[in-house]
Amino acid sequence: MSDCCLQGENLHLWRGARHVLRGVHFSVTRGECLQITGSNGTGKTSLLRTVSGLMYAEEGRVLWDGRDVRKDLLGFHADLAYIGHEPPLKADLTPRENLRYWIGVRRPVSRDEEDQALHRVGADSWSDRPVRTLSAGQKRRVALAGLALMAVPLWLLDEPTTNLDTEGQRLVGSLIEEHLAAGGLVVAAIHHDLSVSATALRRLELARE
Amino acid sequence: MHRSAAAAAPRRAGAGALAMTSALAAARLTLVRDLRLAFRKRGQLVQPLVFFAIVTTLFPLAISPELSRLRDVAPGVLWVAALLSSLLALEFLFRDDAHDGTLEQYALSGQSLTWLLFAKTVAHWLLTGLPLAVMAPLAGLSLGVPASAVPGIVVSVAVGSVALSLIGSVGAALTLGVKRSGALLSLLTLPLSMPVLIFGARATELSIKGGDFSAPLQLLGALAVLGVTLAPLATAAAVRINLE
Repeated sequence: MSDCCLQGENLHLWRGARHVLRGVHFSVTRGECLQITGSNGTGKTSLLRTVSGLMYAEEGRVLWDGRDVRKDLLGFHADLAYIGHEPPLKADLTPRENLRYWIGVRRPVSRDEEDQALHRVGADSWSDRPVRTLSAGQKRRVALAGLALMAVPLWLLDEPTTNLDTEGQRLVGSLIEEHLAAGGLVVAAIHHDLSVSATALRRLELARE
Repeated sequence: MHRSAAAAAPRRAGAGALAMTSALAAARLTLVRDLRLAFRKRGQLVQPLVFFAIVTTLFPLAISPELSRLRDVAPGVLWVAALLSSLLALEFLFRDDAHDGTLEQYALSGQSLTWLLFAKTVAHWLLTGLPLAVMAPLAGLSLGVPASAVPGIVVSVAVGSVALSLIGSVGAALTLGVKRSGALLSLLTLPLSMPVLIFGARATELSIKGGDFSAPLQLLGALAVLGVTLAPLATAAAVRINLE
């Protein structure tokens, strides 16, 4: 228990008459990645949103470092980064501006840090173009730069490799590896295998009702 | 706010200052971002102002070019046009942020959602309410309003539009999940805006007649203060519900 950072206890979630999460249990410690798998409609995104606090589970609770996250939601949110299906980017701003406003709300970001993060995801050459002119994969890379810039311990990722080419998928793997090596935790809903060492990887299979 | 031992590890691994942004700085960033976005979408920015100008200039054509008659209806025309223009812009207040996931990121930022959404509402007022307050005297002059009434009109529209933006932010947040929310937004917002319309038109009427308009202006101010106190909380609650 003392080594366990993120726990889900008996999570039940209903959406109308549909019982989406049916008593889900999980626990992840530092340096571990929990991969959530399951076919479409099994509640992977709902689980991530429930863990993040965007959705309220009718039963059960999420514990962060042994404390119910509902008791200090702002503190929990300051420790997590959530990237959903769509990168949270403004089409009329450049990647650099997006990072400045998106990450800047959480913590001050210097120009050097922006440069490093954009370089890390291969966005140097198009970091000053409006996001509306970028491909879906390039937008995803900007979101990954934002993730790296947040410098928070818990990453919640919903299909982080969507729209990425092979190199981009490797980039996701290496970002996760680095984050885990630094003592972070990752919960990712993803269909295919992550390039993360087997000792750090745990799996949670969600089944349809 | 508690910080776990595990939480500290990746923070130490990161480079540079890792202190959290202050609430004031976060609100300022949100405000600046919205202003910058608005100036990159100028069509959307000028739409309420064009609507206001069209409505107020059509009235003299429809009623009569006689200035005394126009002067009598000027307060009502100005305020109804201002109310509808403000309503027109409200649909855009949170819609794009909801679609692209920005609101989710605000909700998960570790900052107060109430405070960030209040900053967005301030940006909305700066982009619609304040320009309306500047335009209202010009529209008033075309309706035969004397130049001596200009200060009263500017102040009353400026204060009243603060209340309209705040009331509207609650309506915009409540209708976030509704497709083609315009009609529902009007239905929710218009009844709550009636006191602003009544006191605003009264202040404008008194300033045109050269009377003391401080009483209706103070009531408008009270509505704005009430809005500042309550509306951001209601807006944040409504956004949270819609994010579920």
